[in-house]
Amino acid sequence: MTATKAPTQPPSQQRAVRRPGDRLFSGAAKGSGIFILLVLAGVAAFLISEALPALTAPSDEIPGGEGLAGYIGPLILGTLLGALIALIVATPLAVGIALYITYYAPRRLASGMGYVIDLLAAIPSVVYGFWGLAVLAPRLVPFHEWAADTLGFIPFFAGPASTSGRTMLTVGIVLGVMILPIISAISREVFSQAPALHREAALALGATRWEMIRMAVLPYGKSGVIAGAMLGLGRALGETMAVAIILSGGAGATLNLISNSNPSTIASNIALRFPEATGVDVNTLVASGLALFIITLAVNMLARWVVNRRADFSGAN
Amino acid sequence: MSIDTQSAPRPTAQEPGPVAVHRRLPRFAPLGLFLAGIAAGAALSALTGFSVATAVIYGVVLGTLAVYVASRSVEGRRKATDRLVTSLVTTAFAIAMVPLLSLVYTVLDNGLPRLDSAFFTNSMYRVVGEGGGAYHAILGTVIITALATVISVPIGLMTAIYLVEYGTGRLKRAITFFIDVMTGIPSIVAGLFSFALFTLLFGNSVRLGVMGAVALSVLMIPVVVRSCEEVLKLVPNELREASFALGVPKWRTVVKIVLPTAVAGLGTGITLSVARVVGETAPLLVTVGLITGTNLNPFDGRMATLPVFAYFQLTQPGTATQAFIDRAWTAALVLIILVMALNVVARLISRFFAPKSGR
Repeated sequence: MTATKAPTQPPSQQRAVRRPGDRLFSGAAKGSGIFILLVLAGVAAFLISEALPALTAPSDEIPGGEGLAGYIGPLILGTLLGALIALIVATPLAVGIALYITYYAPRRLASGMGYVIDLLAAIPSVVYGFWGLAVLAPRLVPFHEWAADTLGFIPFFAGPASTSGRTMLTVGIVLGVMILPIISAISREVFSQAPALHREAALALGATRWEMIRMAVLPYGKSGVIAGAMLGLGRALGETMAVAIILSGGAGATLNLISNSNPSTIASNIALRFPEATGVDVNTLVASGLALFIITLAVNMLARWVVNRRADFSGAN
Repeated sequence: MSIDTQSAPRPTAQEPGPVAVHRRLPRFAPLGLFLAGIAAGAALSALTGFSVATAVIYGVVLGTLAVYVASRSVEGRRKATDRLVTSLVTTAFAIAMVPLLSLVYTVLDNGLPRLDSAFFTNSMYRVVGEGGGAYHAILGTVIITALATVISVPIGLMTAIYLVEYGTGRLKRAITFFIDVMTGIPSIVAGLFSFALFTLLFGNSVRLGVMGAVALSVLMIPVVVRSCEEVLKLVPNELREASFALGVPKWRTVVKIVLPTAVAGLGTGITLSVARVVGETAPLLVTVGLITGTNLNPFDGRMATLPVFAYFQLTQPGTATQAFIDRAWTAALVLIILVMALNVVARLISRFFAPKSGR
């Protein structure tokens, strides 16, 4: 057989023997990968197919009687409000935690501290809901009253203050706690990768620790923090049980964060209404789920794009 | 020949050199000032009706300010800013500890009273008041999670093998990207997907345990792929090359060399992915529902699961409200114990099954 091969042929053209086992195995591996892509496409396709009756139904058959947009609109507002509060609460804290663990904490304790923060991510969301309802909401009532008295001129704190504390503000804070470990894990990762030469150079030039962080670490880690915050945002947008348990929702669109009437969020609205829903109601809820899917998909794709863009010029080069 | 600059005679004139003399606070002064600030904060809070929350808030603010002002006047602006940031990031870490400790304490406090043997041996069948337990829900959670694992692990592991061993070009990039995107799918959307799929197959208002398993798989597969991929990448290429050099086919190399080398990491990753989905409530709420009796067949009708059980015990208590709320907290406690146990098991796997490194 070797006689037929031209001697000038490079060795890479000598194809390895392909055994049936090889073909089967690589086919199965490739098939699994393609299957996952199909699942993702299937999620979109099946949601659309179940949402279609609601998309085409006359507007008076949709719950609320104001059409699909009138039904989903306040829900989207509520979803965005809660997630934004969570982001505002969690991002500065998470950056602080990440800096503390990477550059301030005693070396020996640092990894243990990171593990403790990660424990926050391991707690099921339904338990967060219990905790928010039983512990946090009553404790925040004085703050609600204070905010209504002193900050009442801002539309967000127009009041009247809720006496139960089951408000959008409380939900936002609980969501903030839930996304804290996500943002801080990614921030920790990028902060610890900041080039050691830059850090040592800054310190050698007489910078204090904070100046070193500001000049060598933060510029390097900025896009990582942004990406982490967006992944956290995606999680907060889709969070269901904690919101469903804590929030006394169901009111129309309002920006008031501290009163008893709050817009519900898409996910919690589905969880609350789905078990009893029938007919077009089910299709409407699936349609709202489709809207949530599209929003989170967009946020996550943007976040991954930011992460991957950073990966291109980070590390060794 | 080195000159010992330390012992060189110092110039007698004490003129300020080009470098300003660094004045520093004594070593324990910042800590002392901070504690003094905390004490002042507690006193201030006591004046305006004492509460722990205001005492801590006033105390931390005053303590931070005291350190900043003292450092600013003695050590200068730059050092003072440094100390300010130090106390800010430390405070950030302390703030994050508050919800964790509060949550663990609350769940233990409320959950321990009903953590008895009846909770693990009784179902809620014909229970309207006290007593009853989560036997049916715990079994349901175990069955559905196991089913989800059986679906997810082969697909996830094979995909990870494809990405590490075979994948090239655009398909690999597309799969990697969309798996990242898939990690962000809200859990309720996964539940709706499973609901829509089975509604199309079996008609309206179908509720099956396997629907929940499918929904959980959608959430679990990307986690399995990512963790397995990371582990498989760590297997040294020399092992693969040595195997190829001996004439072993590629698939046998993967099965006999790569996977056994990585088995500890794979076990850890898969256990962590189970821990990730075992507490999911929303997808099970819309697909599996809840029953009071024990149903162990995931292909026939509704099942009870622990998170959904806890949710409905809390939100839809019967006439004996306190008994329901107690059961809800105990279910939450069992759920947390379950998740923590899985996390510990994952760490043990990575410790005990790690490949023997050298001799």
